[in-house]
Amino acid sequence: MSPILDHLPEFWQGLLVTLELTAASFAGAVVVGLAITAMRVGPVPVLRAIGTGYVETFQNLPLLVLLVLAVFGLPEIGIKAGLLATSMVVIALYEGAYIAEALRSGVNAIAKGQGEAARALGLTFGQSLRHVVLPQALRTVVQPIGNIFIALTMNTSLVAAVGVVDLTAAANRVNLVEAQPIPIFVGAGLAYAAVAAVAGLVTGRLERRLAVAR
Amino acid sequence: MIRVRGLSKWFGDHQVLHGVDLDVARGEVVVVIGPSGSGKSTLCRCLNRLEAADVGEIHVDGVPVPAEGRALARLRADVGMVFQSFNLFQHKTVLENVMLAPTRVRGVSRAEAAREARRLLERVGIAEQADKLPALLSGGQQQRAAIARALAMRPKVMLFDEPTSALDPEMVGEVLDVMAGLAADGMTMVVVTHEMGFARRVADRVVFMDGGRIVEAGEPNAFFDAPSTDRARDFLAKVLTH
Repeated sequence: MSPILDHLPEFWQGLLVTLELTAASFAGAVVVGLAITAMRVGPVPVLRAIGTGYVETFQNLPLLVLLVLAVFGLPEIGIKAGLLATSMVVIALYEGAYIAEALRSGVNAIAKGQGEAARALGLTFGQSLRHVVLPQALRTVVQPIGNIFIALTMNTSLVAAVGVVDLTAAANRVNLVEAQPIPIFVGAGLAYAAVAAVAGLVTGRLERRLAVAR
Repeated sequence: MIRVRGLSKWFGDHQVLHGVDLDVARGEVVVVIGPSGSGKSTLCRCLNRLEAADVGEIHVDGVPVPAEGRALARLRADVGMVFQSFNLFQHKTVLENVMLAPTRVRGVSRAEAAREARRLLERVGIAEQADKLPALLSGGQQQRAAIARALAMRPKVMLFDEPTSALDPEMVGEVLDVMAGLAADGMTMVVVTHEMGFARRVADRVVFMDGGRIVEAGEPNAFFDAPSTDRARDFLAKVLTH
């Protein structure tokens, strides 16, 4: 344990970056996912096509490729942003595609009559989505979205490859000094596992609280 | 109130409506009957454009039914619809189901909407169910809640698409009673149903459809006692002998 205890401030700093990255990317991914889902289940063919194209694109490219492309490619074309901010945006865009897929399966699980009844009452498509379809769809996909959150947490470790000093990069740096990979990376792994465990607990509770009799 | 001219509709290659013409006057109750697959439900769903007409015109209260967007939503707000499968919003209580559209579409305050919703639930006889989720109600209660939800928008017309077809026989009566009460209050209604007794008792006019066409229409007693087409006679012989 001593290599971790000796470098507690570095680990702590890395963990904070990982948590920050996870929270911000997840929030962004939810917004992206909602927007893409609205486009994909909506009545406008062009928007449906854009939504589908978006999901296909981001699901079929590795996150690491996207990160490298954004971090090293964007400055080439004159777009300069901080490393951390760029990483957050890339992860949000990437995971947003997965959230959109989960949400769409939730929307499809809701009986067609729910949206019809909402529209028959005079609600616009957006209102029926917001007040009737999505609240019900979200309840059915709490667990899949929890899984995406966990996957996103693990995926944030890829930013170590483009120079962001997150938990993984911090562990790597400490290991360069201490050369004790087993305690150092097991320690880092346990920290990731703790985040995932909390996420699992929260989704389990949410699912029970939101369950609707049908 | 409703004017349909030359309405045709295809599902893929299959033509479900063949140039249907229909007029419904203000305060009139038109009951549409016919065998399954005759196009009567599709006709009903075209009236508020849950199905889009391929050919033909539909006017409601003198206005052509808009193709989409906010104008269509405004029209639908004035046309109440009751579905075979109730379609109550499963995540909201009965009271919230009734309040949703008045507050979101009409901008009525929540207090006002709640007061009106309780009055309507009282009227359809399920005031004591107001705070339950729909899944806890019987089919007949759910359908009455759905009628109250539609009435909360103070519609000019009510469309009923086989409102009792998904109900246990013993619950059919309570829903038909509510509908008969509405008719007696002068509501303009289009009712697609298999309930011949209701058609005879409540309709101002019966429309008989078969194969996507209106085969015969007329005053209910005349229609049921002496249908003028063979197809209608045949249909009535089958449904009335049971």
